[in-house]
Amino acid sequence: MAAPLSVEVEFGGGAELLFDGVKKHQVTLPGQEEPWDIRNLLVWIKKNLLKERPELFIQGDSVRPGILVLVNDADWELLGELDYQLQDRDSILFISTLHGG
Amino acid sequence: MPAPQCVSCHAARAALRRPRSGQALCGACFCTAFEAEVLHTVLAGRLLPPGAVVAVGASGGKDSTVLAHVLRELAPRLGVSLRLVAVDEGISGYRDAALAAVRRQAARWDLPLTVVAYADLFGGWTMDAVARSTAGSGRSRACCTFCGVLRRRALEEGARLVGATHIVTGHNADDMAETVLMNFLRGDAGRLARGGGLGSRGEGGALPRCRPLQLASQKEVVLYAHFRRLDYFSEECVYAPEAFRGHARHLLKLLEAARPSAALDLVHSAERLALAPAARPPPPGACSRCGALASRALCQLSLVTASRRRHI
Repeated sequence: MAAPLSVEVEFGGGAELLFDGVKKHQVTLPGQEEPWDIRNLLVWIKKNLLKERPELFIQGDSVRPGILVLVNDADWELLGELDYQLQDRDSILFISTLHGG
Repeated sequence: MPAPQCVSCHAARAALRRPRSGQALCGACFCTAFEAEVLHTVLAGRLLPPGAVVAVGASGGKDSTVLAHVLRELAPRLGVSLRLVAVDEGISGYRDAALAAVRRQAARWDLPLTVVAYADLFGGWTMDAVARSTAGSGRSRACCTFCGVLRRRALEEGARLVGATHIVTGHNADDMAETVLMNFLRGDAGRLARGGGLGSRGEGGALPRCRPLQLASQKEVVLYAHFRRLDYFSEECVYAPEAFRGHARHLLKLLEAARPSAALDLVHSAERLALAPAARPPPPGACSRCGALASRALCQLSLVTASRRRHI
């Protein structure tokens, strides 16, 4: 049983527009059987934070291509992407590269 | 799985893996490398000679924000001076907020800013008026094409107004790759052939233009803005969802998932394309109506404004 985690979830580069324009969210993820990874964090975000047009943020079980994911300021590509296991006080930042120019 | 060490400084944790080289770098080393690469692009391509007065096309968006910031860092070494030129297309809500971002940047970086408006330059045209006149007619998709032609001219006028000798725009590798895909999909061999290289030398009296970020991927532009804590405006233009470019962008993102260097590779391919003599566009001449550089009898601006007048 994994203990509850307290993490910071942040949206930027225009992605915040899908979250009522709110960039920073301090969230507590409830304790559960499985360890929390990005894959089930995305499911949690879709259910609890996402306000509109989910297809602009999530496609399949991952983020829409063109949205960058940084965990503690490091590209998730370096950390195992969806399989990265969240730690207490992690900060996860989603930046859209798809807006404006 | 912890992030590997930065392969450059061996001190910090890596923050990203570069799309082309696969190098894992920390945020600070990445930003230094990014700036060095833009410097190399400008020097190797002889894009901006010492003494140049450079008009930066500034929209408040990520690309022009990064371009202005990097060039400001490099300006002493390049021996150039910078002017920000912003274009007001007359798109209420969208452009007002973006221009506010440009004004903040100009104040923070102590760079002179000039705003030129479609309404002043083109006899009262605004994109809102154009969009109203085409709404529901099936021609609204052409809004971005029309706006692009007007913006190009407006930037030229603004640059002349501030005494610039050169124009730079923030187009990155992904923008160029999207354009390459669009030209292929439309069978536009003439544009494919013209699109190569990092800019135009300034034939026929037009100011030389270049794109110093053309070899930088969109992802790296956004990460640079993030690590340098740059403040930019990131909302989509209200008319953009109509544009064909969106499909090219989507296709490119799918390709990049399988091949991270897809955008840079497409730009490279387009530069290496050789056209059969019959497909080559004729050398540019002057527009028979306004005298601006034109590849046909009328320049793009005269062409689109003439066709709009018939419709409105």
